[in-house]
Amino acid sequence: MLLRHTPLKIQDRKALSVNPAKTCQPIGAMYAALGIHGCLPHSHGSQGCCAYHRSTLTRHYKEPIMSGTSSFTEGASVFGGQANLLQAINNIFTIYEPDLIAVHTTCLSETIGDDVLQITRKARDDGKIPEGKHVIHASTPSYVGSHVTGFANMTKAMVNYFAESTGKKKNQINLIPGYVEPPDMEEIRRLAELMNLSTVMFPDTSGVLNGPQTGRYRMFPPGGVTIPELISTGDSMGTIAMGEYASGDAARVLDTKCKVPCKILDLPIGLQATDRYIDALRKQAGTEVPAQINFERGQLLDIITDMQAWFYGKKVALAGDPDQMIALSEFLVAIDMWPVYVVTGTPGKIFEKRINEITKNSPYPVKVKAGGDLFLLHQWIKNESVDLLIANTYGKYMARDSDIPFIRYGFPILDRIGHSYFPSVGYRGGMRLLEKILDAILDRKDRDSPEESFELVM
Amino acid sequence: MRKIAIYGKGGIGKSTTTQNIVAGLAEMGQKVMVVGCDPKADSTRLLLGGLNQHTVLDTLREEGEDIELDDLRKIGFRGILCVESGGPEPGVGCAGRGIITSINMLEQLGAYTESEDLDYVFYDVLGDVVCGGFAMPMREGKAQEIYIVLSGEMMAMYAANNICKGIVRFAESGGVRLAGMICNSRMVDNEVEMTEAFAKKLGTTMIHFVPRDKMVQRAEINKKTVIEFDPDHNQANEYRTLAEKMQENKSRVIPTPIEIEELESLLVEYGIV
Repeated sequence: MLLRHTPLKIQDRKALSVNPAKTCQPIGAMYAALGIHGCLPHSHGSQGCCAYHRSTLTRHYKEPIMSGTSSFTEGASVFGGQANLLQAINNIFTIYEPDLIAVHTTCLSETIGDDVLQITRKARDDGKIPEGKHVIHASTPSYVGSHVTGFANMTKAMVNYFAESTGKKKNQINLIPGYVEPPDMEEIRRLAELMNLSTVMFPDTSGVLNGPQTGRYRMFPPGGVTIPELISTGDSMGTIAMGEYASGDAARVLDTKCKVPCKILDLPIGLQATDRYIDALRKQAGTEVPAQINFERGQLLDIITDMQAWFYGKKVALAGDPDQMIALSEFLVAIDMWPVYVVTGTPGKIFEKRINEITKNSPYPVKVKAGGDLFLLHQWIKNESVDLLIANTYGKYMARDSDIPFIRYGFPILDRIGHSYFPSVGYRGGMRLLEKILDAILDRKDRDSPEESFELVM
Repeated sequence: MRKIAIYGKGGIGKSTTTQNIVAGLAEMGQKVMVVGCDPKADSTRLLLGGLNQHTVLDTLREEGEDIELDDLRKIGFRGILCVESGGPEPGVGCAGRGIITSINMLEQLGAYTESEDLDYVFYDVLGDVVCGGFAMPMREGKAQEIYIVLSGEMMAMYAANNICKGIVRFAESGGVRLAGMICNSRMVDNEVEMTEAFAKKLGTTMIHFVPRDKMVQRAEINKKTVIEFDPDHNQANEYRTLAEKMQENKSRVIPTPIEIEELESLLVEYGIV
């Protein structure tokens, strides 16, 4: 029991984080960049940073993640990384021929103050960027925010670099799906298409990080938003952005830059949040909600009513990214479960406010912390246990120590599959979440029931 | 071996004073190494009769990490060993890291080993202590004595006070101590009294008052220290005296930096005649 020493007494901590519920900005920036077709992410810093970010994404998706690095040495950190980045841009375009390079910075290059915009302009002036190719960049120091911040920054960079308003509107809408999995992006687009909307979604990692085994390696898989599509986002009728933390900035910049009105929603996780997404699509499309979507909604509702007795009154501890935690908490409350402990590693004031609003009718005292860690969550659990834990793979140590049912959800998931292929957004995603919740709770009940109440039908 | 670091406000005359002191010590037969910790690499110009064009970091950049000690050291006036850290171009990179890198490299290459038989190592550090890199010479095992060059001007004293804060930080965990103040005159009213009073408040002394003399500039134009350029001039004797005082000085204190209000009232007390 690795975590058996977690103490019950909770002390106020300012400087120390134990088992953080987040990882660093460049991982998010790298993931977002992979959602552009033909993009090679590039880490401007030392090799170790890049190796860590790549390997974490590789372990999560079971796909090889490609990224360049500026390979800083002692010399580069003293003299600045310009020479390294110029050489890298030259090498990458010569050898790997991507459509674009998305550069993100690291703690080191940020601290020494490398001006990546100036360096990329110099690369352009020096002819190191071939005609029709692009280099974009986002500033992603890991001592600020979390991987969600890095994702948001790279998504914003896509708008800053590409979105253009020609003055002539296109009959399409922009979807900014937030820091969700490839099948989630697919599902978000599928729902919009069912509404007969033409969409541009960015970033879009579907088909990039969950592609099929074909026996042939492609460095740049077919998926991802294309550069012409990104340029056209400035002419779209509107933007629907999902998740304030991951998508809010990009949506607002697009509004300011190209006057594309935006609506920022919660991630469409669960019944009500998906309802709001569908409603936003309906308003954009000016049509009725099609039968297919109503059908799926009805299925979700059916599961909720059929299995209500098993959901009712269960206490849940949650850890994960803020946009997910907000929407998931709302879903849990909607099915009569009670999120009692909610932790995100990403700092931000709105989080605690939103969770408190969502859980305000809770019969239990609710503990919530933005910028918290898994150690704190475990202390809360040890003081008063819960019926279910929902967290990324790191949660399994807590689940084992405190012997509670556990669902893997969020980033990273290093020891199971499924997140690459099955959505957790939309009504279908809601069904999948309910299946997971029921499996965990009922398996536990089966395990713990004495023979006389070990039920065949549940 | 005594390891001494010279700090002080930018433009106060640290490099000029250091080189003249070192020239004085060399005349007395001491073996000295000067390590310039300034990206401008102008801390050894007067000893070498021109800028050292090959700094530690230049060498690192051009030749990688396979470097020999003699690639880095130049022999200057009376056998003084001259090293320049060098650093990035203005506006890029990290000069602080550059200083850390080059001092580490000198250590690795054995520049401080007993076989080198040095009597003194001088670190001439750029301006204020702005980040960890510029505090490198104060860290454990590097310089043990700090001298601060100042004048009776407000900003020079303000910088000196700030440097003392840095010394306190490192003194508490390591062996670095403040050895004294050197006043490089700017012809301010009551300069001697004021800097002496200021030094006292900081818990140290002003070990020497270097008068202002045009000879310093004249020697500088000729890329020489005063001691080399005009050995019989009075100013050369001033530097010799200073070098002797440093040789004799045994004072090592943890300074007591003062509040800015106290510093300002000191200026009012002495500055308005």
